[in-house]
Amino acid sequence: MAEYKWPEEGKRQHLGKRISRLDGPVKVSGKAKYSYDINRPGMLFGKILRSPHAHAKVVSIDISAAEKMPGVKAVKIINGPGFEIQWAGQELVALAAVDEPTAEDALRAIKVQYEKLPHLVNEADLSKVPASNLRPASTNATGDVAKAFQEADVVVEGFYGNDVITHCCLESHGLVTEWTDSNNVMIHPSTQSVSTVHNDLARELKLPAGNIHTHMDHIGGGFGSKFQIDLWGIEMTKVSQMAGGKPVKYFLDRDAEVMIAGSRPSAYAKVKVAAKKDGTITAWESDAWGSGGMGNIGSPPYPYVWTRIPNIKTKFQAVNTNVGPQRAWRAPNHPQAALITMGALEDLAAELKMDPLEFFLKNIELTGVRANTYRDELLKAAEMIEWKKNWRQRGEGGPGSTKTVKRGLGLSIHTWGGQPHNSDCDVIINPDGSVEVKMGTQDLGVGTRTALAIVAAESLGLPLNAIKVTIGDNRLPVSGASGGSTTIGGISSSTRRGSIDALNTLFEKVAPAMNTTPDKLEAVGGKIQVIGDATKSLTWKQACAKLGTQPITARGKQPGKEQLASAGVGGVQMADVSVDIETGIVKMNKFVAVQDCGLIIDLKTAESQVFGAMIMGVTYSLYEEKVMDDQTGRMLNANMEFYRLAGLRDIGEFQVHMMTGKGYDERGPIGLGEPPTNSPGAAIANAVANAIGVRVSTLPLTPDRVLAALAKKGGKG
Amino acid sequence: MSSSDERHDNPQADQAGVSRRNFLKGTSVALTVPLIAQSEKVVKAAGADVPVYGPDKVNITLTVNGAAKTASVEPRVTLLDTLRNELDTTGAKRVCDRATCGACTVLMDGKPVYSCTVLAIEAQGHKIETVESLEQNGKLHPVQQAFWDNDAQQCGFCTPGFVMACKALLDEHPTPTDEQIKLGLGGNLCRCGTYHGIKGAVAQASAGMKKLKGGKRNG
Ligand code: FES
Ligand code: FES
Repeated sequence: MAEYKWPEEGKRQHLGKRISRLDGPVKVSGKAKYSYDINRPGMLFGKILRSPHAHAKVVSIDISAAEKMPGVKAVKIINGPGFEIQWAGQELVALAAVDEPTAEDALRAIKVQYEKLPHLVNEADLSKVPASNLRPASTNATGDVAKAFQEADVVVEGFYGNDVITHCCLESHGLVTEWTDSNNVMIHPSTQSVSTVHNDLARELKLPAGNIHTHMDHIGGGFGSKFQIDLWGIEMTKVSQMAGGKPVKYFLDRDAEVMIAGSRPSAYAKVKVAAKKDGTITAWESDAWGSGGMGNIGSPPYPYVWTRIPNIKTKFQAVNTNVGPQRAWRAPNHPQAALITMGALEDLAAELKMDPLEFFLKNIELTGVRANTYRDELLKAAEMIEWKKNWRQRGEGGPGSTKTVKRGLGLSIHTWGGQPHNSDCDVIINPDGSVEVKMGTQDLGVGTRTALAIVAAESLGLPLNAIKVTIGDNRLPVSGASGGSTTIGGISSSTRRGSIDALNTLFEKVAPAMNTTPDKLEAVGGKIQVIGDATKSLTWKQACAKLGTQPITARGKQPGKEQLASAGVGGVQMADVSVDIETGIVKMNKFVAVQDCGLIIDLKTAESQVFGAMIMGVTYSLYEEKVMDDQTGRMLNANMEFYRLAGLRDIGEFQVHMMTGKGYDERGPIGLGEPPTNSPGAAIANAVANAIGVRVSTLPLTPDRVLAALAKKGGKG
Repeated sequence: MSSSDERHDNPQADQAGVSRRNFLKGTSVALTVPLIAQSEKVVKAAGADVPVYGPDKVNITLTVNGAAKTASVEPRVTLLDTLRNELDTTGAKRVCDRATCGACTVLMDGKPVYSCTVLAIEAQGHKIETVESLEQNGKLHPVQQAFWDNDAQQCGFCTPGFVMACKALLDEHPTPTDEQIKLGLGGNLCRCGTYHGIKGAVAQASAGMKKLKGGKRNG
């Protein structure tokens, strides 16, 4: 009799193998329809007029000329006279026209008068931030920090920071929306939450939630920025209504996408750390701030991972800035906390003239419950990057360094939760033997579809291609939003339970015909057989034929009986870089990651997640920065040529090792999307400091910053 | 006509019993005819007749994946937007819309172009190939198969552009050096970070395409 718990190693057909994603063929052939690709008959094109000013009052808006233009079907003021604009790019007017050029012309015909107000768009230098922009500080303390610093053998102080970056999803935010009749709306959004994104829209339109149908097959990136229907989703649906319900397509242009559709808060901190001569860490003190625009933000967790340092004192203050608001960015707060914590500790190791690997290992118990995992992972990563062979004292330059190009190594450790979200799943066994898995989830490109098929096939003893997976619609059983790395635990647990329940029902139906009882049956290799006796078996098809006309539908749930997934992972990353001290250019030589995530469902897509996070990490470490102009309050690089992403040529050699087997598998699946995003900034910044002998305080590590740090060091020396 | 073009038979042309060479000759004649026919004005510039379009919509004919397609667009409309909005050929994606990211990459006479930066009227008379043309009889092209096998796509939004850039790279350099790969694919960006898989895909596709074309090389 099948039970819920995951099969043991050795008994797994599909789990943990390298399986190519199911939706690969439609993606590589251009057949995959993203919401941006949806074209509907009679579809209009939406545009939004946005404020060019970072802080201003709307005095007047004149839309009359736009309304009169041929081809313009609806013009709606979103924020009218009296409205106080809080960031450049904020929405003022929405409209729809028969085609995009017409809609653009209509935008140009709108006249707006503004009364400009003072703005603040940069906060790295806290001394220049007016008191009115500061939110109340939060503080925390354990132990006796003052005493610890007094008694310490070595104390190091430093400044570390990370500028605001944006999500820059390649498929911008937006939707196609239409009224299918006067009471029903159909939306094709680009969303991380297929099952719930319609709720806010229903409330806003005063429609019953069931009157809004959401469908999305594929999404071109979200990274935490696509949970909401968003103002444009609501306004464009109203514009559609004004235009007689016609479909309206609205996706943000690239400049708006990077200006206002989500950013990762900045983080800056003055940090003081202390140790004994033998390298034992004794105290941490940080004075930190950051901004996510006008909204409040919480403090990153300082000190990160090293939570058991005996004496800790922290302060954090959020700064209000007139910049497009922050949204959850892949592992909110963790990359910033890692950069600042691991940076300070690496500086402390350098002051002690200790190898940071030895230093981390010596203090590893201060990381708490996952100390053993970190130790194993540090040793594994060190082997992969040949740490012993390649590491040199700070500023000496690693092997292969020349007069002008210096090589260095750096490391970082990280964590994340990733507990399973709530999830319902229907598993259907049809009398013809076909199997369907239905769930209102979404595949962000992480392999959710594939994971669903793997779990169902594994549970039913079937090949992968026997499972039909249907996701991406709010009329399917509700599953949680894909955020916080909660998806894999949630969807695999509900699918496992649903599959096992469906299978047990099938056993009940066929047991009499097999002269046995349901608890004596198992599903193996496409057969239903008496446990351990392959001679007494029915093929899957024969067994299902006994269902008559009624399929079996089982609703699997998470949470549910037996815990199948858990939370909490550790990871280690090490970077090997070369820095040209004449140009300030940082080049990635090699970058390695060791990561655990409990039981792996698909090793291939799991590794891709880690590679992807590391590459995103190289990008935010070296290139990404929302450059805000103090004078105009606007983003200077609201495009993709100056808001730079790493390309194929920028990444160097990559290696990933997943921790699996005993000690990991029995924890069940744990989310993986976020954890490997946390360490790259810290590992790369530490490698650069190791290479050139001086800390470049703030990410991204652009050539000008590297050269400035070198010049400062020169001046001191 | 570059030699790389010669290596690629146009399947639709084959079906119609037209040789590749004749087919291309045909399209280069088409280059001038519809332009002059639909242009409202012809002005003399530097001694030559130059057609003037717009600002209103003009009827255009594009040769997309071997088939003649007509659309009515303003002269300012890009090839990308025409493919996506008028012809419902949505494989090519609009991302930066200004020649940085490569998500809109299509082949024009066998050469990769950013279709967001080509006007639809300019694309007339040229042979446009989009990612949709690569799969034949339900079989993925070796480049596509390699992208799938090497998990060189996550969200997949950049993938059609990468696949086309990769095909163009391998058409020109069947066994590309690292430097050629960096140049050939350096004009495409991926946010999900699939470059590791893409490197593996290029290697596999390079081997696969050689096998595929082995017999036709000398012809
Ligand atoms: S959309 Fe054409 S290059 Fe980015
Ligand atoms: S796979 Fe998502 S942008 Fe490349």
